[in-house]
Amino acid sequence: MVVVDEHAFEPGAMLTALCAGGSDSGGVVSFVGLCRGEPDGANVSTLILDAHPTYTVKAIADMEGEARRRWPLHDVVIRHRHGRVLPGEAIVFVGVAARHRRAAFEAADYLMDQLKTRAPFWKKEEGKARSVWLDPKPEEQERAMRWELQA
Amino acid sequence: MARVTLLGRLADAAGWRERTIDAGTIAGLRAALTTDVPGLALDADTVVVIVNDVVTRGNVAIEPDDEVGFMPPMSGG
Repeated sequence: MVVVDEHAFEPGAMLTALCAGGSDSGGVVSFVGLCRGEPDGANVSTLILDAHPTYTVKAIADMEGEARRRWPLHDVVIRHRHGRVLPGEAIVFVGVAARHRRAAFEAADYLMDQLKTRAPFWKKEEGKARSVWLDPKPEEQERAMRWELQA
Repeated sequence: MARVTLLGRLADAAGWRERTIDAGTIAGLRAALTTDVPGLALDADTVVVIVNDVVTRGNVAIEPDDEVGFMPPMSGG
């Protein structure tokens, strides 16, 4: 399941729902990405994520499909916000349920690497003094490449 | 007429995010956009074009009511 919208969400409730999904799963792995503030509170006040109205959710749904082809998974939940996000707020939730924990761990790791590099979002940091669009990070691309080597 | 969506910094540079533009091809759309916003960075090497949610390369024809998106390099999620 993939949800991309501007609404805040409660990661704990999503994890609870995922764990209650069925007795066939032996493990549930989850990740919550938060909006990170600056250590001294300077500059970054709002993170703005832009998303395409239809293509972004389609691209992320394709990532879920790829994860399901690679690993035997029971349930996948991806929730991603766009719009204005404040420091400390949850931006993304990825949860994976599988019969065995190894598949759940690897699939969740894979999905986060894909989201960080291939998800159609455009981030702008809006601070008191400046606003800047963020470029893709080379180190994230390098991390994502390792999955191609394992394919 | 195509429904055009600009993403990220392109929307900021243009001053708008969604607009209907009359053009018969992707190249025609690029020309119309750069005429409207001189210097708008729509290089084919860096800006991905999607037509009806499908990544599209080259100068393809655009049908009436097609939805075309111009996507600069993604920040990721």
